Amino acid sequence: MAYILTLFWIIVAVLVSLAAGWCFRAALIQISGPNMAKVYRTAPLTASFGLLVIIIYILCAIFAPLIAPYGEAEILSGGFMPWSQEFWLGTDNLGRDVFSRLIYGARNTVGIAFLTTALAFIFGTIIGIYAALRGGFIDQVLSRLIDVLMAIPSLIFSLLMLTIFGTNVLTLVIVIATIDSTRVFRIARAVALNIVQLDYIEAAKLRGENTLYLIIREILPNAMAPLAAEFGLRFCFVFLMISALSFMGLGLQPPLADWGSMVRDNADLISFGDITPLIPAGAIALLTIAVNFVVDWMLHRASGLKD
Amino acid sequence: MSNSDKHDISTEVSDKETQQKAKSLQASFMSGKINRRDFVATSMALGVSLAGATAVVSEVEAATPKQGGRLRIGITGGATSDVLDPGKILDAYMINVSMGQVRPNMTKINVDGSAGGDLAESWEPSNGAKTWKFNLRKGVEFHNGKTMDSTDVADSIRYHTIEANGSGGSGVVSGIASIKEDGKDAVIIELNEGNGDLPILLSDYHLNICPSKGDGNIDWESGIGAGAYTLEEHEPGVRTLTKKFANYYNTGNEGYFDEIETLGISDPTARLAALSTGAVDAINNVPQKTASRLKSMANVKTLISTGNKQATMPMLCDIDPYTDQNVRNAMKHIVDREELLDKIFFGYGELGNDSPVGPANYFRATTDELPQRQYDPEKAKYYLKQAGMSSLSVKFHAADTGFTGAVDAGALMRESAKAAGIDIEVVREPNDGYWSNVWMVKPWSACYWSGRPTEDWIFSQIYYSKADWNDTHWNNSGFDKLLVEARAETDEAKRRDMYVEMQRIVHTDGGLILPAFLSEIMGYRTNISVPGKIANNWELDGHLCSRRWWRA
Amino acid sequence: MSKVITMIIKRLGLGILTLLLLSLLIFLSVEALPGDLAETILGQQATPENVAAIRKELGLDLPAYTRYINWLGGILQGDFGNSLALKKPISGLIAPRLQNTLFLTLYTACIAVPLALMLGMVASLFRNSFFDRISNTTALSAISMPEFFVGYVMIYFFALSGYFPSMANINPNTPFFDKLYLCFLPAVTLTLVVTAHMMRMTRAAIINVLALPYIEMANLKGVKPRRIIVHHALPNAVAPIVNVVALNLAYLVTGVVIVEIVFVFPGLGQLMVDGVKFRDVPVVQATALIFATAYVGLNLLADIISTITNPRLMRQR
Repeated sequence: MAYILTLFWIIVAVLVSLAAGWCFRAALIQISGPNMAKVYRTAPLTASFGLLVIIIYILCAIFAPLIAPYGEAEILSGGFMPWSQEFWLGTDNLGRDVFSRLIYGARNTVGIAFLTTALAFIFGTIIGIYAALRGGFIDQVLSRLIDVLMAIPSLIFSLLMLTIFGTNVLTLVIVIATIDSTRVFRIARAVALNIVQLDYIEAAKLRGENTLYLIIREILPNAMAPLAAEFGLRFCFVFLMISALSFMGLGLQPPLADWGSMVRDNADLISFGDITPLIPAGAIALLTIAVNFVVDWMLHRASGLKD
Repeated sequence: MSNSDKHDISTEVSDKETQQKAKSLQASFMSGKINRRDFVATSMALGVSLAGATAVVSEVEAATPKQGGRLRIGITGGATSDVLDPGKILDAYMINVSMGQVRPNMTKINVDGSAGGDLAESWEPSNGAKTWKFNLRKGVEFHNGKTMDSTDVADSIRYHTIEANGSGGSGVVSGIASIKEDGKDAVIIELNEGNGDLPILLSDYHLNICPSKGDGNIDWESGIGAGAYTLEEHEPGVRTLTKKFANYYNTGNEGYFDEIETLGISDPTARLAALSTGAVDAINNVPQKTASRLKSMANVKTLISTGNKQATMPMLCDIDPYTDQNVRNAMKHIVDREELLDKIFFGYGELGNDSPVGPANYFRATTDELPQRQYDPEKAKYYLKQAGMSSLSVKFHAADTGFTGAVDAGALMRESAKAAGIDIEVVREPNDGYWSNVWMVKPWSACYWSGRPTEDWIFSQIYYSKADWNDTHWNNSGFDKLLVEARAETDEAKRRDMYVEMQRIVHTDGGLILPAFLSEIMGYRTNISVPGKIANNWELDGHLCSRRWWRA
Repeated sequence: MSKVITMIIKRLGLGILTLLLLSLLIFLSVEALPGDLAETILGQQATPENVAAIRKELGLDLPAYTRYINWLGGILQGDFGNSLALKKPISGLIAPRLQNTLFLTLYTACIAVPLALMLGMVASLFRNSFFDRISNTTALSAISMPEFFVGYVMIYFFALSGYFPSMANINPNTPFFDKLYLCFLPAVTLTLVVTAHMMRMTRAAIINVLALPYIEMANLKGVKPRRIIVHHALPNAVAPIVNVVALNLAYLVTGVVIVEIVFVFPGLGQLMVDGVKFRDVPVVQATALIFATAYVGLNLLADIISTITNPRLMRQR
């Protein structure tokens, strides 16, 4: 019976999401100009739902102090208050409002994860394509250096680096971006290797175009699809990396709220059937799924497949 | 588990004389002087119901240790780098295996907190507690068949005094001037100055007795000791298997299990899951957060003991702003100890009063002698004013290594300090390297101590101005003077006055903020029997669970 | 084919260079960590005399480069050296744990790789269908949860109810089928963690190839979609897929510390983290070398496969 009930709620949730996506798409089509409206009309419901979620998260992140009913670090009551009118999702062990911390968590977690992923992609893609394009010695040197970095397990590498350089947000972003860019490098290089063999690149080379032009104008657009798919995943791996680091006792400075640590702090409650840790984990999951839905749609559009 | 739950047959009879008879009858049955048949027959003759008599019988039988079976302990503090070297023992896993199962010490701490003989049978101090003669138990056999003699004991203690061995126990034995064999069955220890607490010091977990190699060195590599269990398999930090030692000196009275399996489980959730699925029989270090839920699990019982384990927040008294006693006092008043105990430790513990002397100490000051310090932002403001300040901003450096919840405790203090115009920035430090980079380095940090069984020990190790671990960098000549005097004092009442005075000095002048003494929370399955009273010097019954517990 | 062999030889040489650089990097990092083994062993009880005594005993008082060169000399003779903390040969310490880790990796790979490839192919065949969305969403949800959390959820559902053990504390003497049973939950947890990445790359790579002219050609010729994917698209999408599979397999060998902690699994990751914690440089070095070898080896394999399957790469350079 419990299973059927769970299934029922899952179906309801899916339907509500799709409906929200539909409404959002309709609204978008209404408010945007004719060209954009045409684009939005082709968006599947999943993509428009994803877009909606992303926009909500961004709004939360920007307007956190306005939306959250209480402060991020404010201690309001005894620990572990149940859900109520006053505290929508109850309070945590210290008596801070979980809902407010979730909202602020969006700001910290999404902000940092986005910054890190973007940095990793800028470095990784450019260097990766450059290596593929130049080939030979430069490719070998770059690939070997990246191999050295990649061959060290990322968690242990970041543990080492954060212990050496201290745990502040800047170090966290740079260390994780460096580690992640090596992964991006590999994908970018592998994809670009296939592209640089194609005739039009040879032609552009013969035309005497400079390297940066080749990378950005000729190769990047054609390597976009797998890279975009990778971006969606990398984005969520950064979340997970931050939460894994806080599992090992490194991570964001308190009293900053981040979802990874919020999961970590209450994770052992799950063995008693308490769903508190599922909420921030769900927040991470929802955003990851939303980002990947949108990425899928863009991937589909970029591939030019009509079916 | 207390006596009040036990069945009492004297309540079933009415007249005083019969009640007396019934009481003494039950007492002699419980102490094993009469057998079960006689007990039942006699009590029925006194007018006790059969049900009442059998209830007592089954209680007594349940409390009578059974031989055999296996104990599996899921324990924290194991690392793949754990060695059998007693000088390098660091944490619960190896303490339990080495001292608790394989290699007992000369002395042990009894459940009532007093020192009891283990491999040493008795001792006599002389010369103002400067010279001590320890008579060793005769006929104690090591696991390799060798009979223990005074050379083994002397070499085992001497091992820790040798600088090159780099023993963690060197601090404990630093007061020992010499240790000499006195025939085969006694050793004589000379101290630099009188110390009445020596038998307690010798129960320190580093001072395990190992067989001597004959050249002054000891054989710790083989893991051979004179304990109730022999070391069979040992994967450092992961799993250790020990088996009952047939020739153990105290066979029959303790060490009931056939074998002990010790498993290192560092993750709290994994440890709880192992206990609740029956993969282990007992675990230590249950997080306070989940302790209340442990009670609702089937076939699982909770054990709580509050000893001297303490969460502390040392301020370095030689670094500004903590050089000013007024600032230290202001800081002590912005800590809401009740809130910390309630929210960080979930009520599992006792309020601290900025003195390291705890519930398991003998001369702890009562709240009449030393009133409990309360959260009082007005007083904090007052002290701040005395120091010539109107506001103050400080950093609190913390990691969960310091004590579990230290970072959260910082977040709470940050809020409670605002009322006094003190701004606390909580800095989360990495767990890794915490003891070398943060503790005793940063001006204000989080720390914990497992506590010491004697006042002298904890004062001279941490609060004496020249102590190696003086983690508040505190220097108070009056305190130092009292410390030496109290050690040599033999009159108990005077000694008590001195220790109370010292607690008062630390409380008012020291750099120590001590929010709470922490309970050890353990869980065990109902297939294990645990005696009604357990030791509180260490977790898991003073880490002697494999000797003192038995299979139900 | 001789091209491939030259490549392998060249790559092996480069691999050794990689390992050398890596060992230097790791050595320097561990050196740069604050504190050393002596201080860590003594913890709160460190006194200057004690620390100095232990340092001398362990040879930590020698300059860093001397220790590195000594260590390197040992490695060249096939000697990993002794663990500083245990004073025992490292090879004996690592062997059983390496065996455990490899077992868990293979176990997981046997479930995850076929599953991911199948799902990816089917998803690209029926792209944007209900099946595509469901498998995609499920896979994404699975990897969006932190590993330790997935582990806890597994324990809650499958261990506390008594179906599977919550502790995977195997050792090399555990019978094979017992190992399979004991390691089921960690393997499933890891499968959830790695499947989505491989599946999505398979799907994306195939869809990417589907847009190329020759596929449209095949389409126009009226070749069945299933045949197009298996015979035309897949071979040309092998490079990115193989790369992602190699990355994830390497991850299974090297990156599962957290799963090891949650399931009390005696693997290499835990050994390395303990090594870092105690500043036991030789242990960190040895485990890092093993991880790196696995990583370099798997990637070499991936590159060989993608070279062989891509005729253009075979011809050029």
